[in-house]
Amino acid sequence: MGVLKRAGTVVALPLILFAGWYVLSAGSENFYSPPLSKILTAFGDTWQLDRIRADVLPSLLRLFAGYLLAALIGVGAGVAIGLNRRLRATVEPVLEFFRAIPPPVLVPVIMLFAGIGNGMKVTVIVFGCIWPILLNTVEGVRAVDSVVLETARSYGVNGTARITHVVLPSASPQIAAGLRQALSIAIILMVISEMFAASNGLGFTIVQFQRSFAIPEMWSGIILLGLLGFGLSLLFRLAERRALRWYEGLRAAQRAG
Amino acid sequence: MLEVKGLRKVYRTGTREVEALRDLTFTVENGDLVCLVGPSGCGKTTLLRCVSGLLDPTSGDVRVDGKAVDGPPPGMAVVFQEYGRSLFPWMNVRDNVELPLKQKKVAKARRAELVEQSLDAVGLTGSESAYPWQLSGGMQQRVAIARAVAYEPQTLLMDEPFAAVDAQTRADLEDLVRQLWKRLGVTILFVTHDIDESVYLGQRVVMLSSSPTVVQDELIIDLPEARDQLTTRADPAFIALRTRVYEQIQAAKRNAGQ
Repeated sequence: MGVLKRAGTVVALPLILFAGWYVLSAGSENFYSPPLSKILTAFGDTWQLDRIRADVLPSLLRLFAGYLLAALIGVGAGVAIGLNRRLRATVEPVLEFFRAIPPPVLVPVIMLFAGIGNGMKVTVIVFGCIWPILLNTVEGVRAVDSVVLETARSYGVNGTARITHVVLPSASPQIAAGLRQALSIAIILMVISEMFAASNGLGFTIVQFQRSFAIPEMWSGIILLGLLGFGLSLLFRLAERRALRWYEGLRAAQRAG
Repeated sequence: MLEVKGLRKVYRTGTREVEALRDLTFTVENGDLVCLVGPSGCGKTTLLRCVSGLLDPTSGDVRVDGKAVDGPPPGMAVVFQEYGRSLFPWMNVRDNVELPLKQKKVAKARRAELVEQSLDAVGLTGSESAYPWQLSGGMQQRVAIARAVAYEPQTLLMDEPFAAVDAQTRADLEDLVRQLWKRLGVTILFVTHDIDESVYLGQRVVMLSSSPTVVQDELIIDLPEARDQLTTRADPAFIALRTRVYEQIQAAKRNAGQ
């Protein structure tokens, strides 16, 4: 019952919004905002298997490649910077500067260097979503408890073991927060980079629909993007909850104590 | 043998200097249980961190079996006061106890054996898969003690390990320390601010002055080996000894006040 009720609370508002859209748009004569019924029909017709293979899959591959690369570089560099005070003092102002640049601005610039292929899109995604990962990792590593570090030192836990068994797990709640922010940025940049210059992909397809006045199809693409983002963040939350179960437990214990 | 000779530690922050330890000299023979007791804020923790190689002294030296300490020595284990911060909350009890052994490259079968034995020795059999935060404070400190015991140290340093647990748990843990010490034959340096605890546990009590710290006095605890929370603490000899320690600590505070 508890699960059903919770699922009900989650689904209720989206259902109401969709129903409202459906009813309000039912008699729409406006070319640009067609009835939802028409959009849904277009959704079924447009997003068939071969289009998913031709457009959705490349988008997702770019997204994952960029995101994973950003995660690897961000966490790796973040640990190095977080552990080394000298390095931190040197690079931190530069990082803040880079972070302040809105990543979409970089698309035309990166196009000049990386062309308009997959490399460009992945580069844009990496460049945009690495910052929250990097900066959160740095903060998480800096915040590792001094008693934890002294314990590790006094028991000879040094080198790689210190990083994998002590520093990374201790910083993992904050790293996860950075990864969560980065995921939504990655989706945005995937679409934007495809809108600029591409021959396939979700962003490209939506722009094509808009330019060819296939308005219901365009709307259906936007709905698909929304669903995709929602699904990915759901997956992320599930993975996060599994990996950070100890952290939830620890916090609950601290609140109770 | 653990030797502390002319130990001095000055903390510098900017132009300000704080002398935490002035001049400390004492020795702990192999297999001894020595308690260090002093007024609060007397630099006990600083001393322990110097002895454990976590902190470099300003001058003087610490030697274990004649070898100068310049980093955590391999045969030494530390039990910290803050058990809640010293155990790793992302690991269950077994992994917490086992991690230092993995680092020591102990073979897998032997590791399992050591983990089981040490948890058994502290009365935590069956809690291997629990996480530290699922246990009470006293049980968490038992895990920390089990981790130290499994490490098979020659020297065990304990930094006010029972300051944060309730009185009844504390009595149990004191008896546990005595029992483990007798069984394992380790050298124990036990730091505390609790005068009764130092007399109850130790063979010898080293009293420290207020900061900047020197050794105020040393006292042999000539109580019978078998100690008991009820009879030992009611023994007139115990009361006489604790009175002496108390007087010394008070004298140390008065001197600092002048």
